[in-house]
Amino acid sequence: MGGVKVLGLNSSFPCVRVLWALKLKGVNYEIVEENLLNKSPLLLQMNPIHKKVPVLIHKDKPIVESLLILEYIDEVWKTTYPLMPEDPYDCSMARFWAKFVDEKVVVTAFEAMKSEGEGKEVAIVAAKETLELLEKQIEGKKFFGGDEIGYLDLVVGWICLWLPAIEQVGGMKLLDSSTFPLLYQWTQCFVHIPAIHECLPPREKAVDYFQTGLNYLRSLDASKK
Amino acid sequence: MATSGVKLLGAKQSPFVTRVMMALEMKSIDYELVVMNPHLKPELLSKTNPVHKKIPVLIHGERAICESLIIVQYIDDAWTNGPSILPPHPYDRATARFWAAFVDDKLVPLLGQLREAEGEEAKELVIKKLSEAFMRLEEAFINCSKGKAFFGGDSVGYLDIALGSFVGLIRVVEMMNETKLLDETKTSRLAGWAERLYSDSLVKDVLMDPQLLLVQLQKFLATMPKAASE
Repeated sequence: MGGVKVLGLNSSFPCVRVLWALKLKGVNYEIVEENLLNKSPLLLQMNPIHKKVPVLIHKDKPIVESLLILEYIDEVWKTTYPLMPEDPYDCSMARFWAKFVDEKVVVTAFEAMKSEGEGKEVAIVAAKETLELLEKQIEGKKFFGGDEIGYLDLVVGWICLWLPAIEQVGGMKLLDSSTFPLLYQWTQCFVHIPAIHECLPPREKAVDYFQTGLNYLRSLDASKK
Repeated sequence: MATSGVKLLGAKQSPFVTRVMMALEMKSIDYELVVMNPHLKPELLSKTNPVHKKIPVLIHGERAICESLIIVQYIDDAWTNGPSILPPHPYDRATARFWAAFVDDKLVPLLGQLREAEGEEAKELVIKKLSEAFMRLEEAFINCSKGKAFFGGDSVGYLDIALGSFVGLIRVVEMMNETKLLDETKTSRLAGWAERLYSDSLVKDVLMDPQLLLVQLQKFLATMPKAASE
């Protein structure tokens, strides 16, 4: 019966969300690096349904899906640094927007990255529309969690490094400081928090991660033709 | 406890709305069901759920909460009297949430694909995937129930609501496709669970009879736009 392990890799933002939460809570952990092109027997055993990272292993039991892992961490280590809001309504709003980030913001950003030609312009517009909704949510607040970062900040956190990497690989700009001044300002505050900064991978690693993924997808498409 | 000012925007035929009704019944919360067909784009829906414009929406006083599973968790957090919906232990909570997300992300889209599949071969393929999903849920039931009547143990809980709300629709799909999905031979525990759910005092009043649901759904589906523009 060991301590806390995280199966994953620090170029993957869902994994880094988990590391951020553990760091903020002061929980010691060990990262078990995964090669996503050659998944380990441990990963396949711990996450047989989805076979994805991150997996948190605590008291030999696996917890999967980054959003669920964040709530688990908050519930287990509840005396230090609360992540979820106290008020049930604020909690439901945080969960709503977290779902929106993963199902809409992330997905449309990837679509824009992958698209080519005319479709790319359409995809870029769709991605920006999702960012507009996020921009409205940060209005009047320093962080999504209020004066301190919380669950939703960790969920949105990928935009501070991984979104620029996606933009680079996709040859496009989505989050520019003039169109989304509040979100941009938020990224600048977020990224300077020590616990956040310490877990960030070098930007080139994130770029490489997405470029490899894109090349793989394009090779799959080419082999279908 | 004052429970006035609770409204549920939705339609009984929707399993997502049924989830919320199950949670409200469990907590004995008085509410008004405001019948709403999202395909007719009512203004109240656009105002309370501007991002997705979907049912259900729970209105509690001045607040609007959207997304069925988020609403169920809200009900559990906001009304602490009555039985708990989520289990107490963090690991069990994470497990319940995981399988509820599995229902939404894997099972529900397959039900939609079956409705749209053209030709026997295409239907068979989807039915095969549905069977595999139900086998997973059968294993989940064995693990979560720990030998008791429901996913939540002795009484109905979060995952019973997440999946149980779809039993009526699953039975309708079985009737329309002349197949068995919740099958006594392959998924015997789940089949037993589904029967018990329809008798459970806390939630049985909101679970629609599949025959009646079939008729209601056919009317509801007739209002859906023909083009996939949603």
